[in-house]
Amino acid sequence: MFGINYQTRRSFTNKLMVFLCGLAAVIAFIPLMSLLIYVVSQGFQQFRPAFFVNLPEPVGVPGGGMANAILGTLTLMVIASVVGLPVGIFAGVYLAEFGKKSKFAWTVRFVADVLSGVPSIVTGIVAYTVIVKPMGNFSALAGGCALGFMMIPIVTRTTEELVKLIPHSLREASWALGIPEWKTILSIVIRTAKNGILTGVLLSIARVAGETAPLLFTSFNNQFWPRSINEPTASLTVQVYTYAISPFDDWRQQAWTGALVLLLIVLAVNVFAKMFFKTGRGVLR
Amino acid sequence: MNALNEQEVDGGAVKPALPFFLFGKFKEVGFGDKLFRGITGFFAFLILVLALMTFLALWVNSGPCFKAIGWKFLISSEWDPIQQKFGAVPFVYGTLVSSFLALLIATPLGLGISLFLTELAPLNLRTPVAFIVDILAAIPSVVYGLWGMFVLAPIMQAYVDPVMVKVIGGPFFVTTSIGLSFFTAGVILSIMILPTIIVISREVFEAVPNVYRESAKALGATDWETIQLSVLKPSKPGVVGAVMLGLGRALGETMAVTMVIGNMAQVTPNLLAPGHSMASVIANEFTEATGDVYLAALSEIGLLLMVITLVLNIAAHLLVWFTTRNYGRA
Repeated sequence: MFGINYQTRRSFTNKLMVFLCGLAAVIAFIPLMSLLIYVVSQGFQQFRPAFFVNLPEPVGVPGGGMANAILGTLTLMVIASVVGLPVGIFAGVYLAEFGKKSKFAWTVRFVADVLSGVPSIVTGIVAYTVIVKPMGNFSALAGGCALGFMMIPIVTRTTEELVKLIPHSLREASWALGIPEWKTILSIVIRTAKNGILTGVLLSIARVAGETAPLLFTSFNNQFWPRSINEPTASLTVQVYTYAISPFDDWRQQAWTGALVLLLIVLAVNVFAKMFFKTGRGVLR
Repeated sequence: MNALNEQEVDGGAVKPALPFFLFGKFKEVGFGDKLFRGITGFFAFLILVLALMTFLALWVNSGPCFKAIGWKFLISSEWDPIQQKFGAVPFVYGTLVSSFLALLIATPLGLGISLFLTELAPLNLRTPVAFIVDILAAIPSVVYGLWGMFVLAPIMQAYVDPVMVKVIGGPFFVTTSIGLSFFTAGVILSIMILPTIIVISREVFEAVPNVYRESAKALGATDWETIQLSVLKPSKPGVVGAVMLGLGRALGETMAVTMVIGNMAQVTPNLLAPGHSMASVIANEFTEATGDVYLAALSEIGLLLMVITLVLNIAAHLLVWFTTRNYGRA
């Protein structure tokens, strides 16, 4: 049983499994490459200035663009940040600074984890119920709130982890100067953790920027320039979806270009965010 | 100015590593501190409010449907809005089938990749592979959907589906494929949940103390035997947790599935037939739903989806937490 065959089999199994693990990495690489190649090559065909300055045109009319959708996505990001960031950051600070042992903090932490697992389409229904229904129309405000709700748990948890990373000696130095606790937290702890928190914020923005599902029945869609945040607003993601499922080749082509622009925005924000903060990779996803 | 008292300075100087809450009672807590704590605490409280609001909104919204149909909603497989007949079964079925297919593909791939990343790969290969995983995670789901519709679905129809019919066949792969099917949805979902599985299981593998690996190696174990004995075995619950978190993501995924599953409410064992999922029926029909019961039925599907993902997520978090915590003591 312990002869040559046994040793050969062991070494063969070992080589096979190591090979399979490496192969898994290669296999995961294939769809990614295919996706990137298609988005870039198809998207580039309409990737020209007109796409960024023109409104969508009816089928058959050349020169349509997604300018309003790009502006709409930016608007939604701003509203989402206004809704999501204060709650997320302050709640995160509370959990890190005052919530070491309390039951309340444990509950909040748990609920935040649970909330980050809620499917985005469900968040859409919630925003529809609490904002679209009472106001009587689809609006950028509702879409932004839906995205903001999604940001809250992500930002809370990353902020908490990052604030916890700040060395305790910094706090002690501040107390030794007789600086009150709240001022220590605001101007020493948060300031030191600033880059990390900013990274977490940018990553959460990049994540919600690519969301479509919660916008379908909150901000809806619009073919024209938005005039206020209280009316249906186009967004890149919804526009890509609408064009993709349409039967017209012209629109489908534009969907690819929209996808390219979306991908560029999301990846740019991701890379930019990670440049800000290199050491916190374990904390930030 | 806040006057310092002696004890605080002593306490700080003698045992600098003491966490502040232990000598907190020596500190003067001023009005500013209370205010700050109150404000941040209020924002933390808002998270609880948000959770409650999410639940209540779905609950209240699905009221009319529950009143009209009751528990039958959960066992009926008829979905005919014109006749006011609503049943959740085809959607629950589609969601579960496509998600489990995704797990079947993504679990071995994901675990292989994270083992490769933590145990096997040369150091200069780890960063690029981790970078690829990051990009996979960052791609918006509507872009996956677009690619799935125009690239993956035709490939599935032309090359993969016929092979599956020949090799496996039976009731699961019957030749009626238009490329949009449970199977295609499962494949695209498997790509999308790969990053989740990799990131979490990597965390679990990295938490295994190096002593375990060294012990196995010292006994003459090969690389793979080391992985089996000292990495996979102790991290089993954590790996299960990682897979469950991946499943949670697959269940809630909307756009990519909507674009490739075919959107036809039916229950069939044939994986090459078009189907529907809980998230995609909401995405497709919510804006067009006329009548209270129809809208409420869609909300109730949303409620059902949330409950399923919540139970799964809670269990998964507990498993991961339990596994990584145990090593802290070792």
